[in-house]
Amino acid sequence: MTDAPTPAVTSDAGEEPIPVEPDYLHAERGVLSWLLTKDHKRIAIMYYAAIVLSLILGGIFALVIRLELLTPERTIIDATTYNRMFTLHGVTMVWLFLLPGIPSIFGNFILPIQLGARDLAFPRLNLMSWYLFVIGACLLLGGMIAGGADTGWTFYVPYSSLTPTAVTPIGIGIFILGFSSITTAVNFVATTHLLRTRGLGWFQMPLFVWALYATSLIILLATPVLGLVLILVAVDHSLHFGIFDPKYGGDPVLFQHLFWFYSHPAVYIMILPAMGIISETVSTFSRRRPFSYNAIAYASLGIAFIGFLTWGHHMFVAGMSEWTAGVFGILSMFVGIFSAIKVFTWTGTLHRGSIRFTTPMVFFFSWLFLFVFGGMTGIAIATQSLDVHWHDTYFIVAHFHYIMVGGALTAFLGGAHYWFPKMFGRLYNERVGLASATGVFLGFVLTFTPQFLLGNAGMPRRYYSYPPEFQWLNVLSTGGAVLLAGALLLTLINLLVALKWGERAGANPWGSRSYEWQTPSPPPTHNFPTSPTFSRGPYDYDLTEEEARERIA
Amino acid sequence: MSASPDTPEVVDPAAASPVAPGLGDQYDTYARQHRARLFGMWVFLVSELLIFAGLFSLYAAYRAEYGADFAAGIEHNNATYGTINTLVLITSSFTVAAAVHAVRGGRTRTAARLLYVTIAIGAVFLVIKGLEYSTHLHEGFAPGPYYSNTELPQFGARMFFTLYYIATGLHGLHVVVGLGLLAFVAWKAHRLRYDEYHHVGVEMAGLYWHLVDVIWIFLWPVLYLMG
Repeated sequence: MTDAPTPAVTSDAGEEPIPVEPDYLHAERGVLSWLLTKDHKRIAIMYYAAIVLSLILGGIFALVIRLELLTPERTIIDATTYNRMFTLHGVTMVWLFLLPGIPSIFGNFILPIQLGARDLAFPRLNLMSWYLFVIGACLLLGGMIAGGADTGWTFYVPYSSLTPTAVTPIGIGIFILGFSSITTAVNFVATTHLLRTRGLGWFQMPLFVWALYATSLIILLATPVLGLVLILVAVDHSLHFGIFDPKYGGDPVLFQHLFWFYSHPAVYIMILPAMGIISETVSTFSRRRPFSYNAIAYASLGIAFIGFLTWGHHMFVAGMSEWTAGVFGILSMFVGIFSAIKVFTWTGTLHRGSIRFTTPMVFFFSWLFLFVFGGMTGIAIATQSLDVHWHDTYFIVAHFHYIMVGGALTAFLGGAHYWFPKMFGRLYNERVGLASATGVFLGFVLTFTPQFLLGNAGMPRRYYSYPPEFQWLNVLSTGGAVLLAGALLLTLINLLVALKWGERAGANPWGSRSYEWQTPSPPPTHNFPTSPTFSRGPYDYDLTEEEARERIA
Repeated sequence: MSASPDTPEVVDPAAASPVAPGLGDQYDTYARQHRARLFGMWVFLVSELLIFAGLFSLYAAYRAEYGADFAAGIEHNNATYGTINTLVLITSSFTVAAAVHAVRGGRTRTAARLLYVTIAIGAVFLVIKGLEYSTHLHEGFAPGPYYSNTELPQFGARMFFTLYYIATGLHGLHVVVGLGLLAFVAWKAHRLRYDEYHHVGVEMAGLYWHLVDVIWIFLWPVLYLMG
């Protein structure tokens, strides 16, 4: 580990102010000091542990699915287990990794520091949200072990109210997870409104905060509807009320409307925080202020708003009129406009910047490629004539994995590397980091690109067997999945090794101007040695080092 | 730059109050802490409203499908019960508002009494609701497959009563939670743990109770009057 390359800018590290209190990791000792902590940073670390565990579980389930699809007929598991496995994979990844991932870990840790606050507005509520998360996760996984579910993560009625599997505990588990999300969102919104430190106006906030703010608004407005609809499914399943059951006059399509009213905005709950990480990474590693700060901030809010008006594009083949489908299709393409504004702004930021190819930056470049690719196919499937052909095929699977894995997971990993020195005070091995980032990209492309071709050729999603002529593409995809899993494992090992043996990082190993880097790493319990006043923006790279430091006091 | 942020120049009367609770590390003043809590409550209430918004859209969609059957179901609902309960809840909203007013003026004992009155009125609401449920069940208006009334059209009226139980049940759950919150702050007021500077708990419980009331005011017409 001695050959870890020294980051380009280390001048800040040498003049690190002497912390007046111990860092948050050493402020208290013992298991109880963690389990009862009200420090947002410690709660973030507890979320980190729980969510990485979920990611590993979800990844193992994905590998089982891919291994099963290696041959056209049975490979390792039977059809019933296969149905449970893809449900388990979807439910775990969506509710235990993608939705809480970036906000609960990096948002929890970084947002108060970026606002110059000493903690979130409601620390006890924050701790409660972690316990709710753990309870919800246990119910969900317990239900999965006890009876499983074979409905897919979408729980479509009438099947979900008739299946003998454990839909009820899983529905209740997801309801509790939703409650956990809502409490976190209340905390973020209140903190952003009321705990910005002196000198920090709305339009001096780092863009990661804007992304989390937009995300929180979506969580607050969409999650309750999902909570309601899953409780209704649980009621239908356990008490047979028949709210969505045609036998009693219920309408199954109504379920789809309510479900997607949440679950489409939920896609933006997953991707907006990822875009926040991207904004931070680009500016730091090209040492440039964003090409347009306002464009990114307003586009975040625009996506949050328009995301509520697009749910119908999941239902083009569910008996929707052509006129309605057309309107939903056009509204969906607005998301493409806002996303394109962001993409052009990020590339504009790179222009004439002094770019450094560090691990987070490699994740950014692969993110940019995958997100644009996923986004473009998204525009294509928002067109009803094309969607009718691709609906429920592997084309859709490939599309949303390009956004969810290529977008959210890649940014998550970028953030994990970018903020690692801040969170743990140590540097990871840069060479291994670069290798793992490249591996993740190659593995990903190899896994999901063949799935576009499979879907276009007509292979339906969620099927256990397929015609033999699809096998070579499936083999490619499974090979990619193994490579991806290997690269993820390498990432995990690299970061775990760095946790113990990594070189000490200074306060600001990347030479970033963003506020969280202006305090020691790891930060003291109250984030800054003294409550700071910010008299410059988070991306003021045109100031000299000295000026930039002086304006944070 | 020289003035330390931790020593405000003006003495904060809220900090000098004998009932002052702990000031969170992240706040500079009590005023800000109170504001944050109230703000957080408002944000949470918006989220709560969306649960009911989902339910109202469900109602609207089914009503569009089974208009006449829904009207027949509503005709069968006892508007007297519904209307009395509306008056009961509005009265309790008035008393809780009076309690907030009293505690803002430093009259904590009065506030405690008013909060107890509010809890009693809230309990009356639940009793009336219970009477109504038992009448319905007696006539065979039960949700879903347990529905056994034969007078009314089958599909739509059954769906109306299923939604009726879900909507009033979810609202009833909010009434129970609200009563719990009110009981907590009433007990604290009773022990004089509030004064004119520190009473954000009473304000928050009051806000929640108003939400319960407002939701009912919308449930009342769609379940009892729009026949």
